[in-house]
This record gives sequence, structure tokens and C-alpha cells, in this order.
Amino acid sequence: MPKKYSIPTKTSPPRFTPIGKSTILDWEGGCLRCFKCVKRQCIYDVYNERTFDVRQMTDTIDSLCKNCLRCVQSCPGQVITKVVNAEYKRMGNSYWTPDIIRMQWFQAETGRIPVSGAGYGGPFSGPGFDDMWTDMSEIVRPTRDGIHGREYINTVVDLGRSLRYLRFDAAGHVVRDAPEKIEIPIPIILKDLPLGSLSESVFLAMAEAAQAMDTFMIAPVKGWKPYIEPYKTHLIPLLTEAEIDTHGELIRGVRIIEIQLSDVTEARVSRIRAAYPDVLIMVRMRLGERSGEEALALTRVGADILHLCADRDGNVESGNGIRFVKDVVRSVHMRLVEAGCRNEITLFASGGIAMAEHVAKGIIVGADAVAVDIPLLLALECRLCFRCEAGLSCPVEVENIHPEWGKNRILNLIAAWRNQLIEVLGAMGIREIRRLRGEVGRAMFFDDLERETFGRLFGKRKKRESVGN
Amino acid sequence: MNAALQSETGPEGTAHVGRPEVRVTPSRFRNAIGKYIVRRSKECIACGKCAEICPYGVHEFAGKTMARPKDYRCIGAACENNDFYCVRQCPQNALSVRLNPILEVLGDKRWTPELLISTWYMAETGEVPPGDIEYKTGDSGGGFDRIEFCFPSGREPDAVPDDEVSLRIPLNRRKDGRPEVEIDMPVYGGGMSYGSISLSVMIARARAYQAWNSFTCTGEGGYPEELYPYDDHVITQVATGLFGVREDTIQRVRIVEFKYAQGAKPGLGGHLLGDKVTPAVAKMREAVPGNALFSPFPFHSVYSVEDHKKHVDWIKHINPRALVSVKVSTPTDVDMVAVGSYHAGANIIHLDGSYGGTGAAPDIAKKNIAMPIEYAIVKVHNFLKEEGIRDEMTLIVSGGIRTAYDVAKAIALGADGVVVGTSEMVAVECIRCAACESGRGCARGIATTDPELSKLIDEDWATQRLINLFAAWRRQLIEILRKLGMRDIRELVGRTDCLKHLDYE
Repeated sequence: MPKKYSIPTKTSPPRFTPIGKSTILDWEGGCLRCFKCVKRQCIYDVYNERTFDVRQMTDTIDSLCKNCLRCVQSCPGQVITKVVNAEYKRMGNSYWTPDIIRMQWFQAETGRIPVSGAGYGGPFSGPGFDDMWTDMSEIVRPTRDGIHGREYINTVVDLGRSLRYLRFDAAGHVVRDAPEKIEIPIPIILKDLPLGSLSESVFLAMAEAAQAMDTFMIAPVKGWKPYIEPYKTHLIPLLTEAEIDTHGELIRGVRIIEIQLSDVTEARVSRIRAAYPDVLIMVRMRLGERSGEEALALTRVGADILHLCADRDGNVESGNGIRFVKDVVRSVHMRLVEAGCRNEITLFASGGIAMAEHVAKGIIVGADAVAVDIPLLLALECRLCFRCEAGLSCPVEVENIHPEWGKNRILNLIAAWRNQLIEVLGAMGIREIRRLRGEVGRAMFFDDLERETFGRLFGKRKKRESVGN
Repeated sequence: MNAALQSETGPEGTAHVGRPEVRVTPSRFRNAIGKYIVRRSKECIACGKCAEICPYGVHEFAGKTMARPKDYRCIGAACENNDFYCVRQCPQNALSVRLNPILEVLGDKRWTPELLISTWYMAETGEVPPGDIEYKTGDSGGGFDRIEFCFPSGREPDAVPDDEVSLRIPLNRRKDGRPEVEIDMPVYGGGMSYGSISLSVMIARARAYQAWNSFTCTGEGGYPEELYPYDDHVITQVATGLFGVREDTIQRVRIVEFKYAQGAKPGLGGHLLGDKVTPAVAKMREAVPGNALFSPFPFHSVYSVEDHKKHVDWIKHINPRALVSVKVSTPTDVDMVAVGSYHAGANIIHLDGSYGGTGAAPDIAKKNIAMPIEYAIVKVHNFLKEEGIRDEMTLIVSGGIRTAYDVAKAIALGADGVVVGTSEMVAVECIRCAACESGRGCARGIATTDPELSKLIDEDWATQRLINLFAAWRRQLIEILRKLGMRDIRELVGRTDCLKHLDYE
């Protein structure tokens, strides 16, 4: 039996004190010095472990505190209270919420999946990925018990074309129309980072992580330096039109290349195929109104992989306003299904993939796998303050990380994501991630449930936004 | 027993089950949290005027000075127009009232700070909170939080005495020769195991439900001897790990619950972290201390309705007087599951929707797997009706029932009754910090097996808080029925015409 795939994890504490959700207001001046101080009774020992981080001028209590409020409620002098940390609220944006950022930090540090008690505290549903629920098996379906390792749940996906039929030459030998497929053990590749500088150490951290997981990392060719040579087999160069012609040697040394969609791409694909028959061709498409037709055309001219990109918040501009990535991916997938060629090509989705659940949901709506970018930065402690976009310095100096530390943080994050993916697959009674692709029957959509349940009771639903944030 | 039962006689001479007495049971913490903060400055001369005029008991004398204000009782802004508004009446201008800034860090979308505060208030007083504290709905933006009752306008609620409005529901509607168990309110307690919560909380639940003639559930963790006095009000749970399940525990009780799945982590089984498996917990579960315990999902001996029936028959054989409940989660085909349970011989189908509480669950499961209970109730109620078996099944629902209004809405959508869990925990001052899965567990002594932390809960105190909460819920449920012109909670089942959804035209 082959060895089970697993991603090695190693606790990797942050270099900077994480920004806590709440902050304590502690009026030392009002302290009664009663010596019955509840601070001594803190079950998490937060007050004893508390230090002052002089680099950041931060009280570490904000990140250590678990918000049980016992100190607030028991202080004899009633001199302690808590408020939301203003710095916390400032992180990210309406899509990349502070809670999402904090949870990715936790996973990158520990490699563990977020677990908590009490019920779910979030909204009933929401736009974007939040308007669908995954299904589960109940009594009468076969046992699926992969979560605790008693049964193996496979997260391998294939990259490349599936031929509709085989062709033979006059001598009866199979004519190869497409390169061999490549298997990756997780439905995730690492995408070029949209923010900050791709310093040598960041590059190496990502490349080493991709190699360790046996997946791929996309990197623009202009960022390639000699130090990345050892990782080439796990890199996907992103090439501009001009670079395709000038980087022949580089293309020959890798297994997959990515090119940007342009007016000449369709013609390019067959020329690249002819020149480099062993390389998979991935086409990066910025999603839009015509994505379904573009995807169909590219499938027909022989592209191996399509990379469907929304913006970083998962939004897609279309003629009728903004649509969310999952809805557009679903329509592209369905267009290919209708045309009878969905099985011929591999689809990656990217943009707005912020949590493990988005991987599962992206696949349910039709992608084979996803490409992840911002969460990698979050693994490296990015606070999504967007200072870098304004040309300002990075508060957590992402560019100065140690590659080994960065690699571990990324491995931890993706390991935690994969484990969550297995949880969801296990609950659904699915043992193969490949079986999840396009399985909308194993999901429940807000609009459907509302229509089928409340629509019959209450009439017509008022209009609701369906964009990502 | 702590709660004194008041014997009452019904209007036609029929003996009513006694109503437990409400006793004011304040917070066990020094600084109770309220919506408003009242501050008294050093200008105060302790003239006592505020204590004299405030009808809510915010101000009190403490010897020759004024005690620190009990500001969690203050109605804040809603008081400004009253003659007794202390801030305006204070001769020294020594008082101030403002919104409590801690609200921002308290609670969440489903359990808003005001829902927490109002539940604490009800658990303390047995009354609905005065003023502007929201006690009916949360802020989740969907489901129960967007559904309201349409009370007939221009019509005064019926002037029917409380005891002529019935909240009783039968749990066995099959006429299968088994006992016809009834509970006095349409609520019973969800499974919380010995190990996930402290013994004190477990006993307090049993005592409170006994006082209200209802049930509590052991969860999957054994049947502590301390529960024996409450056998007739305990449901014993049989889950996949069979932890602590013995013939004796099945024979003790009037209801046995099969747990196939739980709403907070559907399809994932149970998991008690090693830290919580103390020697006492391990002994009860016949396991090893310190070792994490898994309950695999699902029953590895059940692949079909026939297999399921075999289980139900087993229980029925071992305990001929027990009703059988089947607890399932809410997948797309929950309606088929419910019908399957009927054919297997269950008396109660218990649907546990996503968003329900738990001691520990992966966040991805809590948020994403299976459908919210609001949809499942309608789906199952209608399907059982179509199948012609609705009248034979008791439909109990859980997973997000937080308030008396949620109870009533669930019933109007099609349930017979509900199961609660988190509300009980909030009544004993859970603050929903969601750290119950951690090693020592709950910093407030509720979801813990830590010997030291468990001491934070006094059984009498917790029992009374729960009794008070249900007293307040009972008042609200009766009031809802009165406004709808109904006298029996059973009239409300499936009456979706009494509801409106704010997101529908």
C-alpha cells in the first residue's frame, strides 16, 4: 500500500506579536491592591505571561487573552474592562475580514485546524461563498471514516488534458496528442503574490513549500533568479507573450507553463505545443462576461489547464455588474459540460480563496483545484494593511523572513486546510476529491433552500445582493 | 430538591403539575454585565433619593453610603422620559448613565450581547427584561432572526389565565402500547455528556427539568450515580462510541436517544480531547484517563433503515417502557431520514440543525455542513404530512433555538417541541468565549471537568437559574398564544400563516 500523503507540520511562532481581537482597559490607578486579584486566577495565565513588546509598543495581553471576561466580572474594584482592538478592526477589508486573517495566522503557526466550542456565531448566510452549505451523509449511506485515519480520503487531482479517444499511426502506435498528466496530491497550488515584494527569502519559502508538498508554485518569469534552479520541477513560470519566444530553455526545464490570455493565445497554444510537446500549457484568464466561450475555445485548441482568475476579493466584472468567482466558475464549468468537453481540461480557480472551506466550495462549483495567494502572505504574518501598495514599509517585514520559517508556516497553513477538506469530504461520504468536482448535488444553496422552503410559505423574496463582499 | 414546587389545582379540579417557584438568583460574579453602565461620582452625598425612586433596584444603600449601582438592571436611555430618571433627579448631579462599551466584545451575530444580557436577566429574575434590551432575536440576518409573528391587529390578547393555556406536548404519538409521556413545556434539554460539562451543571439541568416536568439528556458519556434520583426526567443517549452505555443505563429511563449526528459537526462523530478525560470521566466511560475519545461517524453497524430498526428494536426489548428518539442532523435528504426513522419504529425524530452548540467542533463544520434548522423543520413536517404519518411522529428540533420566540417560531414552522442547550449554558453565565474545547475547559466552570474550575458552579444556584429562565420563557409562550387566540401550544404546530418573513414581499 502506498504511503499516505501528509504534510509535515511544525509549530512556527510568529515573529511579531499578533494583533488581538480585543484589548484590555486596565485602570491601574483605580486598583484597590486587595491582593485577591483575579488576574492571579486567570486560568490561561495571561496576566503572568503578559509582556510588553517594545518593538511594536504592544501589550501582549491582547493576543493572549481568550475573552472569558472573568477578570472583568470579578475584579473587586471593577477597574478592568475590554474593548475591541482598533488595530484589529483596521486589518484587511470587508472581504478579508480580521477574523479570517486571525484564523489563518493560527493555522500557519500551529498547523492545527480551528476548533471551538459553543455554536456557530456568524451570520445565517451571506454573499459569495457564504450562500452555500455542504451536505453530509446520515444513516443509510456507507461509512466514511477518513477523518481519524481509519479510511483513506484521497485529495489527489490530475492536471492536464484527458483525451477523448486514442489515435494510432499507420504502424499502430499511439499518437500522443497531449503531454502526460501530472498528479498533485492536494487540490491547491501556490499563486504569485499580489502584494509586497517577492524577495529572495519569500520566493524560497514558497518554492520550498511547494516542493515539500509536491505541488506547484506560479512565478512570473521576470522574478526568476539562479537560486530557484533546484525548485524548477515545482515551479510554473508565468510568461508574457514576449517572454514565450525568449525563454525556450526555461520552458523546456519545467513541467507546466502559464501564459496570459490575449487575442493571440489560441494560435499560440498549438505553436507552443508543437515546440514543447512535454510541457502542460496553462492559460490564465481574467474572468469576465465571455469566460464560458473563451474557456470553450481554449479547450478546443488544446490548452491543458485554464486558470480562472477573479480579483483578490473574488469579484468578477461582468456586463450586469459584479459577480462572484464561484458563480462565474460554475457557469464556465457548465458551459464546458454542455459542450461535452469538461473532462478534457483542468480548471483552476483563484481570487477570493481565503479559507479552507473555499477550496471545497470552489471544487463543488466546478473547479478541479484552486490557486492560493493572499493566505500565503497571511501565513507569513501579513496584516493586510496594504501599506506596501502605497509604497510604505511592511510592518512585519515579510521580505526579511527566514525561508525555512516561511516554508513551515505555509506548510502548516496548507496542512490545516487539507485536514479541513478531509473533514468536509468525510462528512459528505466522499473518498476522492475528484468526485467532488461539480457535485452541486452535494451542496445546498441559499437561494434554492429559500425558494423551496420559505418561498412557498412567504411568497416572493426581496432582491438580494449576490456579490462577494 | 431546591426549587419549591407550588401545588396547584386546575380549573376543573384536575391536578396540575406544580410550577416551580421563581427565586431571584443574581450573577455569581461580582460585576454582572448589563447594557448600561451607571457611575456614581464622589459628589454623591448618599441622600438616597435614587434608591427611593428607581423601580428597577439599581440603587441601594450600603450602610451609610450608597452601594455600587447594580447597573445591569438599568434600562438606560429608555428611562430618560420617566419621572424617576435618577440622573436628572440626583441633587448632586453625581450620576451618569451610558452604553456599556463591553457590548462590542461580547457575543456574536447569533447570540448578540443583548440576547446574552436578556437571558441572564431572565435566569436571575424569571421575568422578561424591561427597557430596550432585545430578548427575542439575534442579528444573524436570516432564519428565525428574520421571521416574526403576525399577531392579529386591533385585537386584545385573550384574557385567559396562565393555567388555562396549555404548553404540554405528548412525546409518544404512535399508540404503540408504550407509555404516553407528556412534558409540561415544549422544551427539553439536549445531550451534554459527563466530560463535556461539569457534574454540577449536569445535576442542575436534571433538577430544573424535573421541576418543569421535562427531560434532560446525558449525552454520550455515561450515567453518573448522582443522576439516579432524576431517572424519570433523564434521557439516556446511545451514540456511536457507546461510551458509558450499559443495560442498566438504558433500563433506568423513560426515553432513550440514538444519536446519529449532531448539528454542530454533522458527519464527523464526537471527540472528547484527552485533557478533558479525567480519571472520573474515564471511569464513567470505561476508557483510559488522558486519552482522547472518538465516537466514529456514523454507527458502523448501520447501513440501512433495516439496520437502524435493529437498533431501535434492541432498545425497545431491553426497556419495554422506553420511548425511542432518533437524533439526526440536517442533510438535503433529511426528510427521507425522518421517514426512515418512523419505519424503524422511533417515537421521536429529533432534528439537530447546523449552527447548534457543542463542546468542540471544527469551525469549518460549525459553519458549513448541513442546513439550518429553519429549513429542515418545514421540509420534514411537510414530508411527514405527505406520507400520512405526521400525527404519529413527534418532531423535536434543535440547533439554534435561543429564545422563547425561537421556540414558538420553530413550532409554528412545524415542530412539536424543541431541544435547547446553549440557552441553558447562557443561563448559568456562559459568555460564549467558545474556548470550551481547551484543556481545562471553561473559565466559568460550566464546560469543564477540571476539579478546581467545577467548583465555580453551585448546583442550587444553577438549578434555580434554569428554573427561572424557563419561567420567563413560559410567560412569553403563553403571551404569544394569547395574542394568537390559542389556548394550547399544539394548536400552533405548522401554523406558518401566523408568521411573516421580513425578507419577503
